[in-house]
Amino acid sequence: MSAGRRDPREEQVRRMLDGPHPALPPDLAAWAVLRGGRRLRRRRAVRRTAGLLLALALSALLVWAGVEQPWESEPAQVTPPLQGW
Amino acid sequence: MAERATHRDRLRALEFEAFVAGAGGRLLHTATLLTGEPSHPPGAYARAERLLHAALARTYADWDGPHGGDPYDLARRELALRFAREGRRHQRPRGGPLDRLTPVERLVLVLRVYEEVGEEQTAALLGLPGDRVRAVCARAVAALRAPRRDAGPGRASSHGRAGQRAARGPGAAP
Repeated sequence: MSAGRRDPREEQVRRMLDGPHPALPPDLAAWAVLRGGRRLRRRRAVRRTAGLLLALALSALLVWAGVEQPWESEPAQVTPPLQGW
Repeated sequence: MAERATHRDRLRALEFEAFVAGAGGRLLHTATLLTGEPSHPPGAYARAERLLHAALARTYADWDGPHGGDPYDLARRELALRFAREGRRHQRPRGGPLDRLTPVERLVLVLRVYEEVGEEQTAALLGLPGDRVRAVCARAVAALRAPRRDAGPGRASSHGRAGQRAARGPGAAP
């Protein structure tokens, strides 16, 4: 961040740490792509499955609502009392 | 659709390999500092390689995810978080320049001093209060500047030259 307020002691330690970089193993990136790609595909599959389930649940709800029409008031189940006969 | 997806994956893999070719050496050096292993000869830093390997796999999976931003930051963040999670396993000294420090001291020192991450960012990344980050960093710097003593349990002992040097106030450095 700001280079102005750097502590000379920290600067000394930083120089101490800043040695030559070690040699990279040659197949590092390929391995990471393999493992990361597996993770990525799994994540995509989970997302796809979740989306599919959600769509399925939504369409089931719509079909049920269309058939059942729960907002309609139920027809009276109780027969009115018989009078005058 | 599937074809376009594989094309995108191939592009992403190419980008990622270019990134690793450029930044991998520095990241591996950071990892050896964290694990306390020496950075040569090759083969002396198997733990660092394993750490970097796992962090890079995660970086690849998150490559154009919701985090976005700089891939180096992403990889460094993965490295630091993974090390913080398994820090206990890296307690034993292994001959690297930082093997006298505890894992937390190493982590804070490497982030703050070597990688020059800001104090607030470091605190947020590690979930520590800012003054604690500052204190741990100061302790680690003092411990590193003290002359190495190979036998002896306490590097924080307050007698001798090491203690005097570490106890000097800020700004009194030559």
